[in-house]
This record gives sequence, C-alpha cells and structure tokens, in this order.
Amino acid sequence: MREEKILLAHGSGGKLSHDLIRQIFLPQFANPILEPLDDSAKITNRQGSIAFTTDSYVVNPIFFPGGDIGKLAVCGTVNDLSMIGAIPSYLSLSLIVEEGFSIELLKQIVSSIHETAEKVGVSIVTGDTKVVEHGAADQLFINTAGIGWIRPGVNLSGLNAKPGDKILLSGCLGDHEIAILSQREGFKFQGELRSDCAPLNDLVGKMLDVYPSIRCMRDPTRGGLATTLNEIATMSNVGMTIEEDKIPVHESVKGICELLGLDPLYLANEGKLIAICPPDEAERLLEVMRDHPLGIHGELIGKVTEENSKRVILHTLIGGHRILDMLTGDQYPRIC
Amino acid sequence: MKFIDEFRDKEIAKGLIRRIQKTSTRPVQLMEVCGTHTVSIFRYGIRDILPNHIKLISGPGCPVCVTPNVDIDLAIALSRQKDVIIVTFGDMMKVPGSTSSLQKEKAEGRDIRIIYSSLEALKIAKEYPGKRVVFLAIGFETTSPTIAVAILRAREEKLHNLFFLNSQKRVPPALYALLHSQQVKVDGFILPGHVSTIIGTDPYQFIAKEFGKPAVITGFEPLDILQGIWMLVQQIEENQASIEIQYRRVVHENGNPIAINKIYEVFEKGESDWRGLGGIPDSGYRFKESYKEMDVRNFEVEVEPSKEHPECLCGEVLQGIKIPLECHLFKKVCHPENPIGPCMVSIEGTCHTYYKYQ
Repeated sequence: MREEKILLAHGSGGKLSHDLIRQIFLPQFANPILEPLDDSAKITNRQGSIAFTTDSYVVNPIFFPGGDIGKLAVCGTVNDLSMIGAIPSYLSLSLIVEEGFSIELLKQIVSSIHETAEKVGVSIVTGDTKVVEHGAADQLFINTAGIGWIRPGVNLSGLNAKPGDKILLSGCLGDHEIAILSQREGFKFQGELRSDCAPLNDLVGKMLDVYPSIRCMRDPTRGGLATTLNEIATMSNVGMTIEEDKIPVHESVKGICELLGLDPLYLANEGKLIAICPPDEAERLLEVMRDHPLGIHGELIGKVTEENSKRVILHTLIGGHRILDMLTGDQYPRIC
Repeated sequence: MKFIDEFRDKEIAKGLIRRIQKTSTRPVQLMEVCGTHTVSIFRYGIRDILPNHIKLISGPGCPVCVTPNVDIDLAIALSRQKDVIIVTFGDMMKVPGSTSSLQKEKAEGRDIRIIYSSLEALKIAKEYPGKRVVFLAIGFETTSPTIAVAILRAREEKLHNLFFLNSQKRVPPALYALLHSQQVKVDGFILPGHVSTIIGTDPYQFIAKEFGKPAVITGFEPLDILQGIWMLVQQIEENQASIEIQYRRVVHENGNPIAINKIYEVFEKGESDWRGLGGIPDSGYRFKESYKEMDVRNFEVEVEPSKEHPECLCGEVLQGIKIPLECHLFKKVCHPENPIGPCMVSIEGTCHTYYKYQ
C-alpha cells in the first residue's frame, strides 16, 4: 500500500483540511473548549494573574531518543509557564507541514502531543495547520502558545536573586543536546543517550507547595546552565559562585563532550530546572527535588554573592577558578 | 577507572602544586604549543594556582589558526566554481579570508559540507560522481594519517572526483623556526600529546640538543598538565635539557610507525606557509608525484589577492610574542560573532580561549 502523504490541499482550508482535523487532530485532543471549532477558543476567566507564552519548534531530527518534536512542543511551552509559577492550562497548536510529509508520522507526532498534554493536564484548545511546498520547510515545524494561572502568593523572576541565596539544579546537564547531536550526525556511541525532554510542571508544583517563597526558576535550554545563570546574575545585579564538582553530568555525556570538545555547562536541556532560594530553604528544597523522579540527581551547586556583580565564577575541579561567561560564537544547530 | 575523573582529582592537584612550588625558584616562561592545552589551562584555572613566577604562553598549535589567508581564499574561490562540493572540518567555516568566509559562501548557496572524519569525504565523492569534491586537508601530524588513508582509499576505489586542498602542517619545524627567530623567550615547552602519539620524541630532539631547552610531551587533563609543568621545572632547576614524556599512557618514544608510513606513502616533506611565521622549510607535506592528480592546486581557478586586517595580531599571538589582551581589536571589534582573525574562530584559538575564559 502506498504511504499517505500530506498534500498542499491539506492546508487549503477545504475538504482535505477538514478531514485532517476530524480524523487526526480531534480524536486526540477533543475537549469542550476545542470542539465547537470556532475561530477562537472561549476561556472563562478566573481570579488572579495569567501567564502567557509562545515558542516554535524546528528540531532536526523530528524523532530522537527520549522524544520527538511533538513532545518537545508541549514540554517547552509548559516549562516556560511553569518557570514563572503558573499552572499550565491551555495550549494552542500550529503546524507548518512540508508537502509530502508522511501522514503516518504526523499521526505519531499528534499522538505524542496528546499523550504529553494529558500527562501535564493541559488542553489543546485552538490550532492551525498550514502546508507549504516541498523544500519550503524541513518536514514539520510546530508552534505552541500556552496560558496558565499563576499560583497565588508566588513571585518567581530573574530579578529576585539576592546575595546569600542558594542555587539548585534538578539533574544532569546536556542530555538533550548530546542526544540530538549524536542522532543527527550518526555517531554510534555506546551506552544510552536520551533527551531529558520532560514537563517540569509537577516538580515545580511540589517545590512551590513547600516553599512558595522560592525566588527564581529557569529551565536551562539553549545556551545551557552557564548562559541561564549569567542572565539571572545580570537581571538581579548579583554575582554567583558555582562549584564544578557539584554539577551532575552523565558519564556518557561527559565522554562525548571530551571527544568533541564541548562543555556540558553550555549544552541545551529540555527537562531540567535551576531554582534560586533563600539559604535556609535550600536543604529541604533539595530533598523535595530529589523525591521527584525528575529531580533525583538534584544538587546544590552554588550561591549568590554580593561581589562580582553580574558575573558567574566557577570553582574548578582542581581548585582553580574562572569566569563562566554566556555562550558566544557557537552555532546553534536545530536542537529544539 | 573512568579515565576522566581520575585526572581531575583535587587532592592530587594540590600535591603537584606543592611540588612545583617547592622545586621552582627561578622565573620561567613555558610555552604550551597546542591549542588543546591552552583551553585546558584556562578551563581548569591552572594559571591561578601556579606560582606567580611561572608564566605560561600559548604557541602555534591550532591548525585552523595557522592556515594562511591564501589557502582560505583558495577554498572560497573553489567553492564558487560550478559543480564543486567543499567538505571541511567545522571550525574552518567561520575563518575569515580576505573578503569572505566559507560560512558566508554557504549562505550564498555554495555547496559546503561539514564532516567529522576524513573518510566521510569519500562517501560524499561516491554519492556525487558528477561533482568535484574538494576536502580541505587542514591539521597537524595527528590528522595527516587519516587524510593519507582517505587518499589511499580513494585510489583503491578508483575515485576520480575527490581532491584535496592540502594545507597540513608539521609541528617540529615551526618550533625550530620559533626558537631560531629568538623573538620570544621560552624556557621550556609543553609539547602536544596527540601529535607526539604519531611522531614520538625523535623529531623534537633539536630543542634540547641545539637550543638547550627542556620539553615534556604532555597530556590534556589538568593533572597531566600540572605534572608536565613539574617535570619541566625540575629539568630547568637542574640545568637539564631533554625531551621527556609525561603522557606515557598514550605516547611511545617511537610514535606510531604505521601511521607515519601511511603519511609518507602519499606525501613528502615540503615547505609550508604559516600565518604569522611565514614559509618554513619542511613544515608541511606535498603530494608525491604519483598522487598529484588529487592536488587541488592543479585546478585553474582565479583567487583574489590575499590581504589581512592590518591591526590583527594573530600572527604575533601564534608565536607567543603578544597576548590577545594587547590587540586593539580584541573584544571591541573582534569577538566570536565577528572574528577578524582565525585565533578568534577556532575553539582552540588563543584569542577565543582568552575571550571565553579570561
């Protein structure tokens, strides 16, 4: 049987577009807000502040160990909402599909989106599909936007770090970027390399339940831990010191970094978070983190300082120190 | 044994530092020849834990950095030719030529591909029999055997569309030129571990015998480097000069004869142009007569006249005469997003390392 492919007409707004929605999207995403299929989703307002964010996903390859572009498109936006203390509630889903893309693969991706959204507890309430000529896009690009309600009493921001605060990291660095890189370049490394792509909303919820006073949370995606810490140090006008020997990195990732001359501190993650909290909360927060499956390798990696404002200093493994700067100059392949 | 963590042990590092402090009495200037050493030294903060009177300076050991502009301009000119595919190691992409770079040419639509192994060039040549595939053969003795193998394999498989822009370099003649010019004071050399895996100790003997300087072939982990420095300091304090191996777990006195034989099946020694150092006798390889048909320098191609930015100090930096902080362009005009010279491009370039870690 010939494989079914996406045709330009699937994006025309006509019969094939409707078939695509009814046969592929609706069965997976059905919910009372989406089902009327009106031009916009109607959402009833609640009390409090809302968080609203958007992100586009162009990862290559679209399937990788530990995830696929669909899972990533849900996790990425859910994590952005979670990092400011919001409970993710609704997502929009827009696809730009290259003509000729396999309908079977599209189904797999849509099902992965459904599965991840279900796990998180977000509903896909509006969406769009466009098809472009062969060569005008690489297989499939996804955009998601998300809305969430910010937990009352929580104020997470990169502006909030204060001297004396502690810095926590939820797990091993670099898994996502190394998994993508080795998949794309066909490196055959021994051992399992999986992207850490995961929704962080539950871990964040557990942490905020215990300490709503956490100052700041960030997920170190592109640019990695080093870049994210620099952003926070600059925004909060503080310094930071980080202990290299406390930073968890899987042996396999470490090995590949050695081989390719990469630094795990600059690699992208899709299921890790950094939390900055007042010093007396750090130990208990670390316990809460480690009790969660996504935080078992959590570590207290450093502290916020008054000196060295807007700089991050790394105490190296052998007792030296160096400035940990933002990522510069390197090319980003399409990792997310 | 995990073969990484053991060589980054804090307590052993402290012990080595104590020994260096105890042994070393004179102010010395040591040159780490290899860019990988420079990166390691900065990455682990080795400069700050050494006694103040031991100074480390960086040498000409970054292959991308020492590639002269003319060769980059030639690669760019070739990429503009019809039915040519350029294949290259990734760090050549951003190196500025006289007016363009391979990265800019790629954005203009030229077919330029990044590979990770010399043998991938063969695969591409087989896949596109109607195109001329040009591999930018850049690198030191560590890379040369793999390039030679690719050439031998291409001959075996009767591939007639694979060509090489040969800009390979040999490390010892460059060190000879450096010592001979006396422009920079070097009391001892931290010699490159991986180059020496191929060539062994013999080609370095002139450093000790002719110039009376000690040298230690050193590995790349922080403990390797500290031990290498300690060995150098001991020789200096005892007025000794010999070529020692610290990196014993990898390097043998005789090097790797099989790899060396592969190189000389295809190439013979010849003069080569180095950025900053100029033409140095025997510091490169040229094709043997029987393999000349694969030399891209036979192509008829018009190359623009080469020019370098007049204020760029890469040439002096590569010789250890200047440090990047002395360059007017450093960090102001020249940064990794807008590199003026190659030392800011390569992750092993001295300017890039200073930019990232200093």
